Amino acid sequence: MKPPAPETSPAESPATPATSPAPARVRLPHERALRVGPASWLLRLRSVTVSLVLLAAVTLTMALNIRIGDIPMTVAEVFQAITGDGPNHFVVMELRLPRALTGALVGAALALAGAITQAVARNPLASPDILGVTTGAGVAVVAVIVGAGSTAGGPSGDLAAFGIPLTALAGGLAGALTVYLLAWRRGLDGYRLVLVGIGVTAVFTNVKYWLLTIGDVNDSSRAMVWISGSLNSRGWEHVHPTALALLVLVPLTLLGTRSLGALRFGDDTVTGLGVRMNLARGLMILAAVLLAAVATASAGPIAFVALASPQIALRLAGVAQPPLVVSALTGAVLTTAADLVARTVFSPVELPVGVVTAVFGAPYLIYLLIRARKEARS
Amino acid sequence: MRLQAVDVRLGYGDRVVVDGLDLGIEAGTVTTIIGPNGCGKSTLLRALGRLLKPSGGEVLLDGKRIDRMPTKEVARILGVLPQAPTAPEGLTVADLVARGRHPHQTWYRQWSSDDEAAVGEALSMTGLGDLGERPLDELSGGQRQRAWISMALAQGTDLLLLDEPTTFLDLAHQIEVLELVRRLHGELGRTVVMVLHDLNLAARYADRLVAMRAGKVVAAGTPSEVLTESLLAEVFDLDAKVIEDPVAGTPLVVPIGTRPHA
Repeated sequence: MKPPAPETSPAESPATPATSPAPARVRLPHERALRVGPASWLLRLRSVTVSLVLLAAVTLTMALNIRIGDIPMTVAEVFQAITGDGPNHFVVMELRLPRALTGALVGAALALAGAITQAVARNPLASPDILGVTTGAGVAVVAVIVGAGSTAGGPSGDLAAFGIPLTALAGGLAGALTVYLLAWRRGLDGYRLVLVGIGVTAVFTNVKYWLLTIGDVNDSSRAMVWISGSLNSRGWEHVHPTALALLVLVPLTLLGTRSLGALRFGDDTVTGLGVRMNLARGLMILAAVLLAAVATASAGPIAFVALASPQIALRLAGVAQPPLVVSALTGAVLTTAADLVARTVFSPVELPVGVVTAVFGAPYLIYLLIRARKEARS
Repeated sequence: MRLQAVDVRLGYGDRVVVDGLDLGIEAGTVTTIIGPNGCGKSTLLRALGRLLKPSGGEVLLDGKRIDRMPTKEVARILGVLPQAPTAPEGLTVADLVARGRHPHQTWYRQWSSDDEAAVGEALSMTGLGDLGERPLDELSGGQRQRAWISMALAQGTDLLLLDEPTTFLDLAHQIEVLELVRRLHGELGRTVVMVLHDLNLAARYADRLVAMRAGKVVAAGTPSEVLTESLLAEVFDLDAKVIEDPVAGTPLVVPIGTRPHA
């Protein structure tokens, strides 16, 4: 419809529009516009720089990871083995690179899932753990390992290679569905989602421990390695699904970045801006669930990466909301660096990577809680 | 009729706040809804802005059912400033106002020169031109309210719904906001619907007043038709004299005291 004509008479209405001094150019404080014809994009230079640095860092931590093993190599030899076909080509390409890649990809997926969850829940303490994914996967995997026992293939059989990831994926999705159904009440409210998620997680965790106590000791200890999150003996079969999931889900979540930015406002503002709030929240949470489920299926529930990476990333990028790309790269660096620590500190004993992330992550969580309490008081 | 509520029933959960209400908003007018606390003013405004779905009846925007229009399309026609809106921490004024361009943007059109011009205009109309890079948390209450109004203006809609746009503001800033509303209407032909508590300011700055009590429209019309001593008694349980505002010529309410609830 045509806008109605002003009711004022021509004599009263000024020749210039109401904005008498010509409006100055508006510069968004952190962003620069990139315009090509009718298209335009916003770029944060600092985010681009930080991303490049993180990309270099993850390459380095991966190379350092690949060095370690029965045949020690220098970093130069690692790159040589990947690009050429030196004497170490087979060892690197078939054994060490997939492990390092799994770590980086799983870390990126978990961190991205965390960034989305924190944005939708409007809460820096939220993580995919409260979406029921990781604990759901935990219960399912422990149930299968403890239930099936060594009869179904043992630690290196087909069950371990394919059955466990699939079980984890199914359990993770089922856990998320449980949380979602319980949290839905004429829409998806971030606060309610967090509360329901914490409740469901507590139930799942206890079921998991109950299963561990009734299981055979050997089975339970194998299950324990899985539920602490480990990159040990991960191969290309773990890289491919995670890479595929990231390839599909990263562009989709990036398309949702703008809606995610709007979702941080109050519900009425979000709707007023023309965002289909429940649809946008639902889709973003679905993306987070899939990312976390795939990551957990590949490497088990690696603790704290999803929680800490987005918060570290937003400080690195100097922005108010967890930035998606920077978060994912931060997660990749954290996970590969943690794996490096896990493999070298008590060498030759290798710890599961999840133990290291938990050791570093727990104090960080306490710090977040203290800060949140201080903010609540001030 | 730009915006119309037809026999709407509104409420939260099982609690019905408004039932069987009809209201039409004419193009190019400033309509102000008045009424005691809890009478359903904000609820009605939220329904008009499709923030609340009626459990009965319908809301029509330019003759079409608003709940069947794509919400992004609605957002290009109608802007809403909710009551006491909240922003995420760490946002600057320019960030906030730029967010108003959301309905005009896509992933490949994130910040066009139109967006930039609209945000610049919205900032200068509210006198915030120099404060663009300031964090929102550092502004005074009045400045913050004007930043939110800027965001609604940047949306570039000819219909604006403002829920108590003058709360938290001192009198001078209240006048400033309402003068801005008058300019939007007078110079740019915008249609404005707002909820106000101050009856005298409502009378002065509105073409049409809608008085509500207990979820019903008690009276609607020009300020001098609506703001009468008998209506004030009926709607607000208030004994008052209504005299002529010596400045604007509009009705001026001088309260005497409350009367026992009828």
